[in-house]
Amino acid sequence: MQDFAEAFGEAFRLVASLDGNLAEIVVLSLQVSLAAVVAAAIVGLPLGAALAVARFPGRGAVIVVLNALMGLPPVVVGLSVYLILSRAGPLGVLDLLYTPTAMIIAQTVLVTPIIAALARQTVADLKVEYEDQLRVFGIGPWGAVTTLLWDARFSLATAMLAGFGRAIAEVGAVIIVGGNINHVTRVMTTTIALETSKGNLALALGLGIILVTIAIAVNVAVASMRGTAVRSAYG
Amino acid sequence: MRAFHRIGRIIGGALLLVALAGGASAQDYIVVQSTTSTQNSGLLEHLLPTFQARTGTQVRVVAVGTGQAIKNAQNCDGDVLLVHAKPAEERFVAEGYGVKRFDLMYNDFVIVGPKADAAGVSGMKDAPAALKRIAEANAAFASRGDDSGTHKKELSLWQGSGVDLAAASGSWYRETGSGMGATLNTAAAMNAYTMTDRATWIAHQNKGELDVLVEGDERLFNQYGVILVSAETCPSVKSDLGQAFIDWLLSAEGQAAIAAYKVDGQQLFFPNAEPR
Repeated sequence: MQDFAEAFGEAFRLVASLDGNLAEIVVLSLQVSLAAVVAAAIVGLPLGAALAVARFPGRGAVIVVLNALMGLPPVVVGLSVYLILSRAGPLGVLDLLYTPTAMIIAQTVLVTPIIAALARQTVADLKVEYEDQLRVFGIGPWGAVTTLLWDARFSLATAMLAGFGRAIAEVGAVIIVGGNINHVTRVMTTTIALETSKGNLALALGLGIILVTIAIAVNVAVASMRGTAVRSAYG
Repeated sequence: MRAFHRIGRIIGGALLLVALAGGASAQDYIVVQSTTSTQNSGLLEHLLPTFQARTGTQVRVVAVGTGQAIKNAQNCDGDVLLVHAKPAEERFVAEGYGVKRFDLMYNDFVIVGPKADAAGVSGMKDAPAALKRIAEANAAFASRGDDSGTHKKELSLWQGSGVDLAAASGSWYRETGSGMGATLNTAAAMNAYTMTDRATWIAHQNKGELDVLVEGDERLFNQYGVILVSAETCPSVKSDLGQAFIDWLLSAEGQAAIAAYKVDGQQLFFPNAEPR
């Protein structure tokens, strides 16, 4: 229990001293993971909604696969993105390996199935409710997708938060494609891994406490935004 | 239409974030594929600011095991290789991936273990004999098991001891498949013996009940080498900047900087580049 007390001390010391390195790492973590969530939402939300609305052969299998991909191992995603972005890989000429962009790509791959699968379920549930109105107003599939996505927006925020949680917490993918390079691609989770390997367990745990606090702050921000939006939408 | 305005704003925000995060810096940089021991010991953080201030070239270090570092460099994902497994380094150059290998610095490996020392190896000077005694005592031994320079060295010492590791794997011989620091954490938690480079050991903050038990065998010598990745094999390599970094490491100033790095008053690396 000594370690936990020490960890809270370390966390407090880091925050109180306004550590410049810490700020840099926190900002990069947020930039990478938020960008990945937004990119994943741009792909995942329409994809999930389309899967909920469309009817085609093999749809059941696609949904099962999509749900299974929520469990993609980060290390496997990292390794795959590494092989593609490596100089020896097909996209090596882009010179993206060991950059924050590579980390965003890896996390986007990781998060897209989560957002798409949760969006599909949310939209499918709403569609049952809306079925009659959609038919009465003669709304086609594309109209149904946009209408359902818009009306489910508050529930879909939770899907995006689930994706954000996955992205901000993972270390396996970003450490491979980012390389944990100081001042370039070092984020919260890779710093925690590094400090653990140095045996600085209290510092590593202290950073973990800060990471959890940031995740809570992001969730609080979204919850309050949602509260304001719901009030203005429904009076 | 409101929805589309909203979506447009989100996409705009996303592109802005990507641009902010991915914005390439105008500064010159090289990528060095190196080992965890040079990073975990703090050596690179000590050396790099001096070089960067002198030349304006940023040195981006990817610290992984020697095996993975060599593999990454073979994929052309680095300009300079700084590792510690001489036979593998010479093969790297012979196969055309590297230009030339230079001795850079050395330290030594030590066998650490529980202070209680159930196997009774404390003070031994013969590393393979000590390992044999650990095996005979069925005392827990944590191995890197990750094809790193340290792991290769450990395996060569076991070979000299005549112990059958395949049979012991999973019982007293435990392969962590992790870096040196993680393996030291594991050994500390299990009160196991393990072999580590001295630099990582001295700098490691979580030693538990472990202490240095076996040292001083010349077979525990740990030589670090530095190699410029060949631009013939990898056209993307920044040869001039990479060579400048190597030249500085091998120069009197670079060598003095390596010698000057101390943790708790102990020197961690001993420069031994040939005078040029």
